[in-house]
Amino acid sequence: MVEGPKILVVEDEQEIRRFLRASLENHSYRIVEAQTARDGLKRAAEDHPDLVLLDLGLPDADGLDVIGQLRGWSQVPIIVLSARGRETDKVKALDSGADDYLTKPFSVGELLARIRVALRHAARGSDEPEDPIFTLDSLRVDLARRQVFVAEKEIHLTPIEYRLLTTLIKYAGKVITHRQLLKEVWGPDSVFETHYLRVYMTHLRRKIERDPAQPRFLLTDPGIGYRLAAP
Amino acid sequence: MNDGRRDPDALLVRVQAEEAKKARGKLKIFFGAAPGVGKTYTMLEAGREQAREGLDVLVGYIEPHVRPETQALVLGLDMLARKEVAYRGTKLVEFDLEAALAMRPQLILVDELAHTNAPGMTHAKRWQDVLQLLDAGISVFTTLNVQHLESLRDVIAQITGITVAETVPDSVFEQADEVELVDLPADDLLERMREGKVYLPQQAERAVKNFFAKGNLIALRELALRKAAERVGAQMEDYREQQGVSGVWPVHERLLVCVGPSPFSTRLVRATRRIAGSLKAPWVAVHVETPADSRLSESDREQLSQTLHLAEQLGGETATITGHNLTDELIHYARSRNVNKIIVGKPNRSRWKEWLQGSLVYELTRKCGDIDVYVITGDREEKSSSARQQIAPIASGNAYLISVLIVVLCTLISWPLSYSLAAANLIMVYLLGIVAIATRFGRGPSALASILSVAAFDFFFVPPYFTFAVQDTQYIFTFAVMLATAFTISTLTTRVAFQAESARARERRAASLYAMSHQLAAARTLEQIAQAAVRHVSDAVDAKVAVLVADVGGKLASVGSETNGFEPGPHDLAVARWVMDHEETAGHGTATLPGSAGLYLPLRASHGAVGVLGILPNTPWKTIGPDRLHLLETLAGLTALATERVQLAAEAARIRVQMETEKLRSSLLSAVSHDLRTPLSVITGAASTLVDVEKPIDPTVRQGLLESILDEAEHLNRLVVNLLDMTRLEAGAIEVKRDWQSVEEIVGVALGRLSAQLKEYPVVTHLEPELPFVPMDDLLIEQVLINLLENAAKYSPPGSPIELTASADAGRLVVDVADRGAGLPPADLDRIFEKFYRASNAVGRPGAGLGLAICRGIIELHGGTIEARNRDGGGAVFRFSLPLASTQPAIPADETSTGSQEL
Repeated sequence: MVEGPKILVVEDEQEIRRFLRASLENHSYRIVEAQTARDGLKRAAEDHPDLVLLDLGLPDADGLDVIGQLRGWSQVPIIVLSARGRETDKVKALDSGADDYLTKPFSVGELLARIRVALRHAARGSDEPEDPIFTLDSLRVDLARRQVFVAEKEIHLTPIEYRLLTTLIKYAGKVITHRQLLKEVWGPDSVFETHYLRVYMTHLRRKIERDPAQPRFLLTDPGIGYRLAAP
Repeated sequence: MNDGRRDPDALLVRVQAEEAKKARGKLKIFFGAAPGVGKTYTMLEAGREQAREGLDVLVGYIEPHVRPETQALVLGLDMLARKEVAYRGTKLVEFDLEAALAMRPQLILVDELAHTNAPGMTHAKRWQDVLQLLDAGISVFTTLNVQHLESLRDVIAQITGITVAETVPDSVFEQADEVELVDLPADDLLERMREGKVYLPQQAERAVKNFFAKGNLIALRELALRKAAERVGAQMEDYREQQGVSGVWPVHERLLVCVGPSPFSTRLVRATRRIAGSLKAPWVAVHVETPADSRLSESDREQLSQTLHLAEQLGGETATITGHNLTDELIHYARSRNVNKIIVGKPNRSRWKEWLQGSLVYELTRKCGDIDVYVITGDREEKSSSARQQIAPIASGNAYLISVLIVVLCTLISWPLSYSLAAANLIMVYLLGIVAIATRFGRGPSALASILSVAAFDFFFVPPYFTFAVQDTQYIFTFAVMLATAFTISTLTTRVAFQAESARARERRAASLYAMSHQLAAARTLEQIAQAAVRHVSDAVDAKVAVLVADVGGKLASVGSETNGFEPGPHDLAVARWVMDHEETAGHGTATLPGSAGLYLPLRASHGAVGVLGILPNTPWKTIGPDRLHLLETLAGLTALATERVQLAAEAARIRVQMETEKLRSSLLSAVSHDLRTPLSVITGAASTLVDVEKPIDPTVRQGLLESILDEAEHLNRLVVNLLDMTRLEAGAIEVKRDWQSVEEIVGVALGRLSAQLKEYPVVTHLEPELPFVPMDDLLIEQVLINLLENAAKYSPPGSPIELTASADAGRLVVDVADRGAGLPPADLDRIFEKFYRASNAVGRPGAGLGLAICRGIIELHGGTIEARNRDGGGAVFRFSLPLASTQPAIPADETSTGSQEL
């Protein structure tokens, strides 16, 4: 049996490490554990994990520093774990290089989905060329022809709407912070104008969602950003 | 008490007295018969002894010119610097009370208890200084000669012929924890005087020579020994009482002394004090105000007020009663107060006067029944009423002139009538005039008018006319009757007028007290109380008034005084502070701190002083006078009670809030413990079943257990989230991060979050197509929607629809969350947004009553409103509305579309 991807769990709570090990090993991931930020960085250097699960509330260092140091020499995907109400921390972590986040308490289903998305993006980022046709349920986007179809019916988008959609597609399944989205769509001068996003996301939802009040594709992570549902 | 048991009340009094004593310093008096017996010497020796035993002893004040042997004893002891006071060009040396209080020794030696302080010192008398030292917990050694005891003043004057000016109230002497008699036989004292060992002030040498006559010294020594023996006797009795020794118990006695404006009354008061002291009985000095008093001169009134003041100083009670029969009023009052001994002065009027006016002593002894009457002799030369003959001030020269004119008028009226009427009827016209004069001007003018009327009647209407001669001798009888009638009428009329006047005065006072108590009863705040007090007190005594109330820290602050109020200066505040601390009246017109401009009365309530009433007379008073003082004390008492009531009400309100908080806390605890325990029990139970490997579990059961673990864990999570949110809301830790938000987006997030809980409920959303962007905090409003939706699901049966509607209307965003569940009990509608409040139909459903409270908190933070009502056709609807912005966010224009369809 081929050994699955190696995941480094940096978490000080023993019970959480235990449950993560149990559920992840069950899904054929290999687990490396670290209890502190120092130990975590050491493990990351020595064991070359494919993904890092990083608790932001470590006793010996700020999680943000750990991300910064890791990003100094590694592009390994990082998923941060944090409590509710710490949205600012999560945004900072994401903006300083983390790939995704999970709010405690989380279910294993959610965790596995995030891990899959992160690993897929990491794998594609290196060699695979982007698929010119993106499909998600009834939504189909022909990236080469710049055409958008919902239930096989073509939808006309403005250039910004289209740019917004394709940016989300690029990171499909992964959260993109407001700042990252604004930078990619409107440019670095507009990173604080979050209401641009609200306006255009509303427009976009009205065009591609069946019920914009119960969206299936364009999901909101309140206080953090947006994500396109994972394919 | 003949069964030998101790009287519990007496025991309580003793315990209280002992407790008060513990905190107080101890007072020891070195007591002697005359100067030169060696009191100061003995005191210093005792002080040195205490110092040797390790006590912190301070020599507070020793007469600066004691003899060398005594002076030597001071060496080695700490000495307090004397305070120098400039007074009328000379320098006086005084005991420095403030410095002594600041140094706080354990024991202080202060010579000459009876000393009178220089003007400008804190207290008028040194014994007041000593009392303050004792109050501060400092023990005091002091010296006192027998002739300085207030109650012995007259006796001393009789023995030595010298009236002592510097006296100490007997109560101070009786309070002393210890009295040491310093005794020296008269011969030895005289011997020492000859040897020059006794210090005598130069200026008093002549008087002192008389004083030191051997006979005097023996008498004084006897007095001192007797006084000391009385004290020992009292101690013995105390001891017996403490130990429950059965024996002779003093019958409860009460003495009454009748005082008047005569200076002799002060002697009566002192004598009563002595008798009362030996009987250990309370006593009261009573003045009966009779019509005669309306003619008292100002100096007589002053004398009377001083007598009553003396009685108070000597520990007696005082009372002034009004009536026209002295004896009846006295007896009536005595019976009402359970008095069993009345003390009166021996009258020194001539016999005929006594026969004419009746004798108080005779009448008293006749009417007193079982009350004993004691008669005390007065000095012959002391005139019983020096100014009785003085006419009341109202009877001015004008009054007499008018009286003469009225008699003339009566004559003019009678003249034409004399032709038709009998002469006897004309007398009636004159009598009418006399009644008018008596009513208006009192006794003097009416007496004059009586005589003039008789004369005029004789002159004009009795033959031979126009002479005072009388033909018919029976007219002599007519004149006599006419004169007697006129006098009687004038006396009666004057008396009635006086009674009416004093009744009016009493009524005015009663009305003013009534009005004030009425207003105070209605007062709800300290300001209202202060206003009422200032108004009524300033009306009553013609003064400016300040009400100072102590705050929690005991600091005095003036409360609401605009008209008739005044703001006390720093000096007056210090006086007020003193009054507050000592709960005694001080300031202008009293013996304590008389130098201050205002008079200060403590506002004494049931738990000590609550503040101070300051009174600044518009025209300075010579003395306060017991009448005015009583009135002021009554007014201060009313103010104090009202103040205390308001303070207690505030305290009660505070306690109520505290109790409410406590109730909330306990309901939080019960709610939280219940809501935490239920899911925890389920989780523990289910997990332990799964852990148990002994018995294989059916896969469907296993799945069910696992799902309930997940569900309950989710409940726990929601509860913790709510608790944290509530805590943060209450702590004000939640910061509203307003940003342009899309309602649609937030609704989407909330529905997404609740997809699991709402899967059995069809959710219908009606969002207005072009809803504006709203400046709000997305995370918080999401929380509101989640709580409302969850609530809707919780209270409606699965399968029933939940509707979510949002619209913009009149500058507000309105969001409704409606269900078709059980609805809300009408009684609960107002309260469901309260923390921990759970609708009466919520029994059996999970929840701590926090969700809706959080909603309200968040919506209010956004300046919005939230409400609940029942729907037509069943179910409840929760509606919140948020203010919309007047503008919408500016968005840069989009480029042309890729396709043909535009927004």
